[in-house]
Amino acid sequence: MPKITINGKEIEFEKGMTVLQACELADVEIPRFCYHEKLSIAGNCRMCLVEMEKSAKPIASCAMPAAEGMNIKTNTPFVEKARKGVMEFLLANHPLDCPVCDQGGECDLQDQSMYYGVDKSRFVENKRIVKEKYMGPLIKTQMTRCIHCTRCVRFATEVAGVPEIGAIGRGENMEITTYLEKAMESELSANVIDLCPVGALTSKPYAFEARPWELKKTESVDVMDAVGSNIRVDTYNWEVKRILPRLNNDINEEWISDKTRYSCDGLLKQRLDVPYIKKNNKLQKSSWDEAVSVLVEKFKTLNPDEIGGHIGDMVNLENALSFKKFFSVIKSNNLEFREKNFFIDPSAKSNYIFNSSIKGIEQSDLILLIGTNPRHEATMLNARIRKVFAQNKVPIYSIGNPGELTYNYTIIGNKTDDIKKILSKESNFSKILSSSKKPMVIIGESALELRSGKYLIEGFKKFLKDNNFINKDWNAFNFLPQNASTVGLIDLKILSNEEDKRNSFFEKLKNNQFKLLYLLGSDNLDIKKNNEFIVYQGSHGDRGAEIADLILPSAAFTEQNGLYENLEGRVQECKKASYPIGEALEDWKILNLILKALGKNENLLSFDSLRKEVLKSIPNFSKLNELPYFKDCELINTSPYFESEEINIKELDYFFTNAISRASKTMSECRQIKYSSKKTGTDNL
Amino acid sequence: MSLKKVHDDQPKDFKFSSDNLKKAEEILKKYPEKNKKSAVMPFLYLAQRQNNNWIPLAAMKYIANFLSMPYISVYEVATFYTMYNLAPVGKHFIQVCTTTPCLIRGADKIVKLCKEKISPKENELSKAGDCSWMEVECLGACVSAPMIQINDDYYEDLDEKSAKDILDSLIKDKPLKPGSYRGRANTSPEKKQTVNGENHA
Repeated sequence: MPKITINGKEIEFEKGMTVLQACELADVEIPRFCYHEKLSIAGNCRMCLVEMEKSAKPIASCAMPAAEGMNIKTNTPFVEKARKGVMEFLLANHPLDCPVCDQGGECDLQDQSMYYGVDKSRFVENKRIVKEKYMGPLIKTQMTRCIHCTRCVRFATEVAGVPEIGAIGRGENMEITTYLEKAMESELSANVIDLCPVGALTSKPYAFEARPWELKKTESVDVMDAVGSNIRVDTYNWEVKRILPRLNNDINEEWISDKTRYSCDGLLKQRLDVPYIKKNNKLQKSSWDEAVSVLVEKFKTLNPDEIGGHIGDMVNLENALSFKKFFSVIKSNNLEFREKNFFIDPSAKSNYIFNSSIKGIEQSDLILLIGTNPRHEATMLNARIRKVFAQNKVPIYSIGNPGELTYNYTIIGNKTDDIKKILSKESNFSKILSSSKKPMVIIGESALELRSGKYLIEGFKKFLKDNNFINKDWNAFNFLPQNASTVGLIDLKILSNEEDKRNSFFEKLKNNQFKLLYLLGSDNLDIKKNNEFIVYQGSHGDRGAEIADLILPSAAFTEQNGLYENLEGRVQECKKASYPIGEALEDWKILNLILKALGKNENLLSFDSLRKEVLKSIPNFSKLNELPYFKDCELINTSPYFESEEINIKELDYFFTNAISRASKTMSECRQIKYSSKKTGTDNL
Repeated sequence: MSLKKVHDDQPKDFKFSSDNLKKAEEILKKYPEKNKKSAVMPFLYLAQRQNNNWIPLAAMKYIANFLSMPYISVYEVATFYTMYNLAPVGKHFIQVCTTTPCLIRGADKIVKLCKEKISPKENELSKAGDCSWMEVECLGACVSAPMIQINDDYYEDLDEKSAKDILDSLIKDKPLKPGSYRGRANTSPEKKQTVNGENHA
């Protein structure tokens, strides 16, 4: 490996690195504004100037490729002077309004001017003023503070795939803006707030809410979709003030979706704080004792087979297991977690996870989407697909029309017949697929809701296996679930292994055979209420609570510890950042109350034993935060049912997919803008 | 009104005329297919020519779609270069050079005249005669300073009187001839001397 000398220390570096990256290897800190690891190099802030031997002028280390034998110095008076000069220019037009700026305390410009700047300004002329720009309901702008690093421009173009931000004008009149000041049409737009090194782009919903040093920071995971993005939850007393991304190159890199980031105001609204009982057709406040006794009376009069339970989209594994145990105590088998009846084969783990892994997307050389819109179903995963599309020009195909995905793809059909042709090698695409080296087949829930769902799964498994695409090094078969709880709940064996028993819940629900329906945080289930007694146990007064006869308030995901399994089968811990509101309790504690009242004291649950059992019952489990180990899947001998059907990708109401986001004011603003812009279309300039 | 701000009153559609479409296709041939967005600058120029010397937003959109590039990129280019006008200008568009050589030779007097005769502010349409004026940086004709550009033509070697005549003629919509106003042919020496049979300035 080539060698470079940095401050007299010789180190080895990899070919293709820049001087700045080499300096980082040598543990030398270089101040920077425009340079960002995940974005292209711009080299326009000039803050990273260093001294290079044989160069009369200082060089911008972020844009200079490191070369063999370079002698770089970063701690000389020459460099210090250069940095001071750059900083003085940057601050010449900066308003220095730190006391009223939301970035204060976590501002790169503030920090670096403390370390590298001069304490006085020689600039006595008038500072320039730039009008505020509208960038949508999430991004607050104060463009006078902008130092033109263009990180936001590069992010929008490269990562988000919506080239809508740009720099207009030139010289002193240069301004950063979206095209004609429209809201950015991206689910990743708010990441520019984190990227902005100054206070030019700040968070609109969080404006003037708190200072960063007042907040308690808890590292956690997101449950808005099945990706399991790593987040940091910032709380001020009880309130969750904001959610920020946490670096995890295996999952979300440095970004999170707008829904993850801004649903948090939904945690403060529409919360269930005390038990409610329906009396005279009206929900009335009640107490735990009364609520539990009403429920226990109900249980006593009912046949176990008349009781059904549904587990919601954001329930953690411990609570789900406690619910399963509770149902075995009351001897009912009617448990379900799917919101729609899609085909799942729970017999082997690789049947229902995203086997190629999110990081694995970067190695693939062909991607086939079947009945899925990853942009809305798994935003961060879509960002990764866009990354390989942009960097490696990976061809992407789709069966069914998912709409705009921020990258180009080819639609090769929208019927199950097209899939049959591929699998039977009648179509041209079969050759393309089998001649690729690391293909990925991503099957969405919309496709599995079809009657040929099983055919799809088994057919592709066989096809990929025949071409040796399912092995220890590469597993091309991927299922894309939509909910954070899905994979974990399949692992907990909520679904029966026998196929004909698997759909009994939906049949019974349809025929109104349940006399009591117990919803555990479940709001998206389509229920036509007849005479059922519905118990809703959850955190928000949403769709489930609306139809409920009895409401038991429980904690939201930020208010309790719990494990979640993301779509790759990675088990991650969601940590308690706040505490439940009012009289709300964790789900397993509520079930304990009921068990006690039922006189089943020997079945009482404890959190530690639940967690131990969860970890024990997850198949192929290796370690927390790690991918499960590979185990080959088996094929079936019989040929499954096939029918010619059209694959319609169900459009998600992206900003309104769960109880928390539906309660969030920010999300409903985003939704409104999305739909109003759709109405007018693009014809109004 | 500033020429770099988007004008309030925008036409709805824009399309290249059939002549310009031919020209546009000629221009595209100069660039490889994958770099066709390089044609954005000549395209913007064509659009400006076609649309009374200014570029409406519809034209930027049209060009962006034509070259499959994002709207904002075309917008960036159009706002970066000073010679693209983003708001209407007069039929007689006067650009007064005020860079050092012209200024030394009295460009400020021409600016004063423009303010009196055409409009008190830059880039404002005059009440009479459909003119507008603006100050510009060096137009590269320092040898015949001071000078102004009216649409495509250079009017050189001006003084207060000749500038006044020219402006008056514009207001009457009967523009005078372009070229030197001190009788020079191109940039040839003004007073020829013959020394030993050879021409000298």
